[in-house]
Formats: sequence, C-alpha cells, structure tokens
Amino acid sequence: MAQIDIRAVRKSYGKTQTLHGVDLIFPTGEFVVILGPSGCGKSTLLRMIAGLEEITAGEIAIGGTVVNKLEPRERGCAMVFQNYALYPHMSVADNIGYALKVSGVPKAERRRRVEETAAIVGLTDYLDRRPAALSGGQRQRVAMGRAMIREPKVFLFDEPLSNLDAKLRVSMRAEIRKLHQRLNATSVFVTHDQVEAMTLADRLVVMNKGRVEQVGQPLDIYHRPASTFVAAFIGSPAMNLIDSRVEGGAVRLGSAVIPLAPAFAGLEGRTVTVGIRPEQVRLAAPGTGLVAIADFVEELGAGRVVHAVMEGQPFAAAIGAEVRIAPGQPIAFDLPAEHLHLFDRETGRRIEIDGEPAQSRAAAATLAPALS
Amino acid sequence: MIQRTPFANALTYAIMVIGFLLLIGPFLVVIAGASQTMQQVNAVPFRFVPGDQFLANATAAWTRGDLGHAMINSLIMTLMITFGKVALSACTAFAIVFFRSPLKHLFFWTVFITLMLPLEVRVVPTYAVAADMFTPFRLLIQFFTGIELKIEWNLLNSYAGLTLPLIATATGTFLYRQFFMTLPDELAEAARMDGSGPVRFFFDMLLPLSRTNILALTTIMFVYGWNQYLWPLLMVTDPSYQTVMMKLRMLLPPEDGGTPDWNVTLAGSLLIMLPPVLVVAVLQRWFVRGLVSSEK
Repeated sequence: MAQIDIRAVRKSYGKTQTLHGVDLIFPTGEFVVILGPSGCGKSTLLRMIAGLEEITAGEIAIGGTVVNKLEPRERGCAMVFQNYALYPHMSVADNIGYALKVSGVPKAERRRRVEETAAIVGLTDYLDRRPAALSGGQRQRVAMGRAMIREPKVFLFDEPLSNLDAKLRVSMRAEIRKLHQRLNATSVFVTHDQVEAMTLADRLVVMNKGRVEQVGQPLDIYHRPASTFVAAFIGSPAMNLIDSRVEGGAVRLGSAVIPLAPAFAGLEGRTVTVGIRPEQVRLAAPGTGLVAIADFVEELGAGRVVHAVMEGQPFAAAIGAEVRIAPGQPIAFDLPAEHLHLFDRETGRRIEIDGEPAQSRAAAATLAPALS
Repeated sequence: MIQRTPFANALTYAIMVIGFLLLIGPFLVVIAGASQTMQQVNAVPFRFVPGDQFLANATAAWTRGDLGHAMINSLIMTLMITFGKVALSACTAFAIVFFRSPLKHLFFWTVFITLMLPLEVRVVPTYAVAADMFTPFRLLIQFFTGIELKIEWNLLNSYAGLTLPLIATATGTFLYRQFFMTLPDELAEAARMDGSGPVRFFFDMLLPLSRTNILALTTIMFVYGWNQYLWPLLMVTDPSYQTVMMKLRMLLPPEDGGTPDWNVTLAGSLLIMLPPVLVVAVLQRWFVRGLVSSEK
C-alpha cells in the first residue's frame, strides 16, 4: 500500500522532450488509468515509475520514498506488459515463481505461494505448461500472476489488454477490476482505449503530447472536459466541436442561435469553440434549430449515429432507432443549452464560469486537478 | 521461379549427380584404400571395393604416427577452443546487445573488425605476441621506473598458446548477437522487475534460450578447432604437444624407394577424420536449426 507522488517529472531523449513537467498524486489503493493517444508519453511515465526509464528531472516517490535512484526491484512495483513478456523456456509455475526464486524464497514455500496465486488467476490446471501452449487470455493471466506473487505495493499495467480480442478484453477487464478490489494495491493502468479507461478508473489522467490535460473521476471528465482535446478524445462518437463567436449574449451555430446564461456576458465578442455530445443532440421540428445535411448513417442496433455536414463542418448526432434518415436529407437538430460546452478557441481550454448551464457536478469538489 | 520441364529436370539431376560424385569420390577412395592391402592399393586401375585389412592398417598407422598422444592433444585443444569460444562469444554478445555504454560502438566495431582479420592474415604479429608476451610490460616498466627486466614469458608449446588466438574472433559473437536481438526488450525488463540482475538474467534467460545457438556453434567450432594446422605448426616445437593434423604429414609413406603403403596413410586419415564426423553426426540436427531459424 503506497501513495505515488510525481513531482515536476520531465523526460527527454537527447534534445527531444517527451514529458514536459508532470505533477500527479495517486492516493493509496486507487486504480488510476492514464489515457492518451500513442506518443503522448503515458507509457514513458509508467516506465519511469517502474524504474525502467531514467527520470530526466523531477521526483517520483512511492510510499513517501523518493525512488529516482532505486533499481526496479527495490521499488516494490510489479508490472504487466503489453506483450506479456513471459519467459518462453519456463513452465507457468516457474514463470509465476521466478521473482520468489530470485529473492531466495525456499522451494516449499515458493511452491505453496505459486499454487495460491495460480488459484486466484485460474491457472491451477496449467502450471506445467509452457507459455507457447497457452491462449492469449491465459498468458495474460500468467503475467498477472507473476506480478501478484510478490505482493507489490504498486501494480503497473502497460496496455495489458490490447493484444486480446474484443470479447476477452471485456472479461479480463472485469477480472482486473476484481483483482484490484481483492489486493487493494495502488494500480496504474496505461491505455489508449477510452472504454477501458472509463470502466476501470477510480481516477483518470488524460495525457496529450507529454502533458497532463486533465485529472479526475471518469464521469466528471466526461461531463466537464477541461479542453477540446479531452472533449474530443473521451466519448464515442466524439463530441461535436464547432467554431463560433459570442455575439449579443448568444452563440451562432449554423442556422441556430443559442442564448447563453447571463453569467457569460463577459465573453461578448470572443471566438469560442462550442462542444456538444452527439448523444445530447435532439431532433427538432423541421425549420427550427440547427440544420445539417445527412451524410451517412451508422447503425448500432440499439440506435444509430447520423453523420451530417453543417456549413462544411462535420456534425454527428445519436438518434433513436425509430427515425429513418436518408443521406442528403436536411435534418433539424435541437441543441439543449444546458449541454453545451464552451472552449476558448485560442488555448482550447474550457471556459467555466459559475452559473454556467447546469451540468453534473457530482464529486467535482473532491478533485484536485493537477494541471500543468 | 520454379520451372518444371523434362529437360530442366534432367539437367538439374545431372548437375547434382556430378556434384555428388565430386564430393563423395575422394571419400570412397579413402574408405576403399584404407581397407586394402599394399598390393591392392597400388594396383592400376584402382578398385573401389573395400578389402578386409582395415584393422591391420589402422593399427600400423596408429603406431607410426603415435596417434594416441596426438589425439589427446587435439582433443584438449579442440575442446578448449570450442568451449572458450562458446563462452566468450555469449559474454561479448550479451555486453554488446544488452548494455548501453558510451563506448558501445567502439567495442562493437573492434569485435566486428576481427571478422576481417582471420588468424591466417595476422599470423606473424600474433606469433610475435605469443612468442614474447612480456615485452609490452617490460617496456612499460622500463618507461616508468627505468629498470630493465629480463623475463621470458611466452606461450610457445602450451595449450594456452595453441588455443587463445583462435578463441578471440568474432564469428560466434555475431551468431549470438543476431539471436539476442530477436528477443523482445520486455523480456529483459520483466526479469528486471522480478528482481533479477544482469548476471542472473544471462544464466536464467539467455543461456537456456540460446541452446540451439550454443549447439550450432559447438559443432562449427569443434570442426574448426580440430582442423587447425597452420597455427599449431608455428606454436609447437615440442613433439609432446603435436596435434593429429601435424601427425598427418608423418603418416605419408616413407620415401625409401619401396612400394608406398598408401593403405596405412589412408587408414590413419580416416581415424583422424572420425571425431569431427561423430560430433557433426550427433549435433547436426541442432546445427541446422540454430543457424537457420531462431526457436522461440
């Protein structure tokens, strides 16, 4: 059990900097997911916590001890790798027990603990097999067993599910979550899959280009994205982001004029980006609201997503299965003001003013966004 | 492109048969000649039918060349070269592939250059070093203290002198290097996370994984070591260090004007060929696998 403190951490390879000062706190026992597109530095950050990458500047502390100079084995971390990285010439039992063998645990005790761990990850019947004779899901379990057996203070997961097929991924996700509840070690999970991130995280960290974009609970990030990047990255289909300008206390989106709450009066004349999630767009009576030309329709079974074009900009809306829409047809959308997000067009940061149209503020107060 | 026409088939078969005869022909002569009597082996035309005199010929060759002693010398030298090379190459490849140091490229190229300088090319300077190991130290001591020491230290007539210059070349290193580079980085990282240091990683992971490589290299090096002729010829003046390849010359028929007993010479060379043939026969399965594919 240990808290992880990341203070002003930077990483550069030669002259190129990949992490530009990251400050984060992962409280004891939390399941933290770091989410971001590839190349955003999320894996680098994880590997710096593990001790596999040197820390160029800043400090990382695990359980109050600064670990910058410590070897991986002295940090009390265990890691699950994307490609499992099992030892191909060893049996499952030897793979799981290798860490104990290295630290000189007697054979009998080692055997007992390997069996215990194998029972937890459901590998009791496979202990004598080689990794090559296992399925992807089983290999993943071996990797988790190998990490668990050392009873680490910190669990690190580096995109562990991305090599599995979609169905297995869902069940492994549930297993990882259960495992976390059982072991209650601080866990850091890196992924580029927002569904994984939303479902697993106690606390979600969204990263982009070596910086932290937003930290918070998954739902809070979904409801109050701190930047256009987060807004577009979280949620599927992605949030509609339309450039506009505040004029006469309202924003104009194509043919729609949406009045803003009085608190936004100070924004008069500013260029903004207006965001609205496709699932919060509603169909309106013809001739009112925002009119867009339907381009194509994605069938999802439970509903469908209309991809339309509004004054040259794409605009998506999730609508019920009962409505039929043909490509080329003009559609009128109603954009509820309480679901609009406003972003500064220059910086991409969220414009937040007290009294902004009502949104879910649940748990927002407990969050300490450590934005750099 | 694979072409199948009767003519092309016939041609390829003809080429293969000719090639096969070229390879097997001398062998047949040795096998047949080694088991014939002196009259039969000198008969014209030569008969390719083996006789029944092999044991007698072999015994004669064994005593004429004092092969018993030479076989042991050869075996010691070959095994030292083989194991020395297998071990040294694994260590150098480990250092080159898994460690990052500022001088990494320097070391890599130093090792690489030895590939271009086989022993035959650098035989004179290598001999000079082996024949007078102390000179560099003597010069250093003289430079710093002014004292001139006269100490003789050379590797002539020793197993170290026979083997060391042959061990220190790069072929094996590159075999390992290619294999180590196919291993995913995560393997080393996982071992590090499990608490294993570099030495443990080497013995617990790399060596077991490169088993086929080790066996392939063992095969190659055994044959290479056994066949050494030039270097032992230079290093050895004491007959008690002579190897079988050097004895091969003594097996030639005595030039006293009598009928040459080629049958004894051939039986002797067959005996000398035997150990590498056995090693290749036992290890050839691994030999091909280790060189062609990397088993994972």
